[in-house]
Amino acid sequence: MDISLQNVEYRYQVNTPFERLAIKDVSIDIPSGTFLAIIGHTGSGKSTVLQHLNALLKPTEGNVVIGDRMITSEKKQKNLKEIRQRVGIVFQFPEHQLFEETVEKDICFGPMNFGVTEEAAKKRARAAIGQVGLPEEILSKSPFDLSGGQMRRVAIAGVLAMEPDVIVLDEPTAGLDPRGRKEIMDMFFSLHETRGLSTVLVTHSMEDASRYADQIVIMHNGEVYEKGTPKEIFSSPEGLLKLGLDVPEVVRFQLKMEKSLNIRFSKTCLTMEELTEEIAAAMKRGAPK
Amino acid sequence: MMDKMIFGRYVPAESVIHRMDPRSKLVLIFLFVCIVFLANNMLTYGLLTVYTFFMIALSKVPVRFIYTGLKPVLLLVIFTLFLHLFLTKEGEELFRFGWITIYEEGLRQGIFISLRFFLLILMTSILTLTTTPIEITDGLESLLDPLNKIKFPVHELALMMSISLRFIPTLMQETDKIMKAQTARGVDFTSGPIKERIKAIIPLLIPLFVSSFKRAEELAVAMEARGYRGGEGRTKYRQLSWGLKDTAMLAMLAAVTLVLILLRT
Ligand SMILES: Nc1ncnc2c1ncn2[C@@H]1O[C@H](COP(=O)(O)OP(=O)(O)O)[C@@H](O)[C@H]1O
Ligand SMILES: [Mg+2]
Repeated sequence: MDISLQNVEYRYQVNTPFERLAIKDVSIDIPSGTFLAIIGHTGSGKSTVLQHLNALLKPTEGNVVIGDRMITSEKKQKNLKEIRQRVGIVFQFPEHQLFEETVEKDICFGPMNFGVTEEAAKKRARAAIGQVGLPEEILSKSPFDLSGGQMRRVAIAGVLAMEPDVIVLDEPTAGLDPRGRKEIMDMFFSLHETRGLSTVLVTHSMEDASRYADQIVIMHNGEVYEKGTPKEIFSSPEGLLKLGLDVPEVVRFQLKMEKSLNIRFSKTCLTMEELTEEIAAAMKRGAPK
Repeated sequence: MMDKMIFGRYVPAESVIHRMDPRSKLVLIFLFVCIVFLANNMLTYGLLTVYTFFMIALSKVPVRFIYTGLKPVLLLVIFTLFLHLFLTKEGEELFRFGWITIYEEGLRQGIFISLRFFLLILMTSILTLTTTPIEITDGLESLLDPLNKIKFPVHELALMMSISLRFIPTLMQETDKIMKAQTARGVDFTSGPIKERIKAIIPLLIPLFVSSFKRAEELAVAMEARGYRGGEGRTKYRQLSWGLKDTAMLAMLAAVTLVLILLRT
């Protein structure tokens, strides 16, 4: 399902003394099958953008096109359930949304709201709990007896079980240990590949952005500051660095090396393998003095 | 979704009312609540209304904000009006339409009582809109100080109040967040049959309770870690100071009271 934001502006708490412009003139295209990463400092409007992707927020200016639906400020929207089912959002700290007596019931909650039968929902719950790397025994436990990391995975399973076409992730690995982080990101990426989903990921990790994304959007002060492929973004990292944002470790290493040896590699490398090849090739040629 | 709530919210501004001593504001509100009951005719109610709107103007809080925030309460006020309108059967008959008969006394009572209700809400809103929760509790603690003599736990009461007031906005944010998360999982909070909507409260309330308990525990630990041992011997960072404007405000209220007594019938 294609999603497209066209010159979207959003103000929180319109007509109160607390009115606040959160995002303005944001245009982003997310064609079906894209892996999009959004990066930017805290408060730059990333979460606000995400909430437009399934019509939780209605833009105060501009349009949001979700599949064949058009969300604008004027029209009162009806029947948003289909959108909500097709665009699943994993919020920041999703473990706060758990409420059922058992993990199984909590995972089934989403699908059953969308009219899936109990039988089918339970089947989905078993599949989803495996996907997030938890044993099936956990299904009968109370979600409040689990560790923080396990709760996070259960909450993610709850969204996966809705079987959305688009998965939206708001810093899904914040606060997890490094191994858990990698496991979860790898899981989302393999889902993205095998099911042909669209994925939108908000992250502070430049490594994740460069490794998984096809497209990167950089947000700054509520505006789109830069967009492009990881190669484009990281091969001219001046803009990023000016905002005080990081570049992936590999790129940082390459930049340092170029500077201290006063050489230029032929391209910007995003993975360690690429960089070692480049270095080997440069050494074969003999480093120019 | 909870954007328009104004209860317990502080709107920063530079105004006389904002700068008043919280003690004088509390006393003022308390007295106002008492003198509202003195009004019993057009003139006296008119005077109270003028006084209330004068205070709103002084507070510099945008009227539009107060209006949108009080809309839900306005419904209650209108309900009160209709209740009196239809149920009071005294005085001259004014108007008859089908099974509805409206009497003079009903109209009078309805208007006066709902107006009284409305003015009380407005005045207390001015208090919370112009005074930070901390100020309110400091003021209350200072006003209730004499009760310490009879072993009444004034400090604890004030602390409880300030903590609850402090967490109203946090709770609102949390509610908004969880509502959004559950909406994304297919819950419909805003439309659909009543039965479904009541059922939708559960996925909202349980996470709220869980996080509130967790937060309370964390707060207790954090307070103890910083050496909190209760009110005894504790010094204050903010000192309250009663100024000329506080005396002037109370004098104005005294004048209003006097006029009310003269004008009431
Ligand atoms: N419910 C809200 N009410 C008022 N302002 C908000 C609300 N949510 C976010 N904001 C403001 O909108 C801006 C963007 O916030 P957000 O989208 O959460 O940023 P990010 O996810 O990039 O940290 C911030 O300045 C924030 O203070
Ligand atoms: Mg955010």
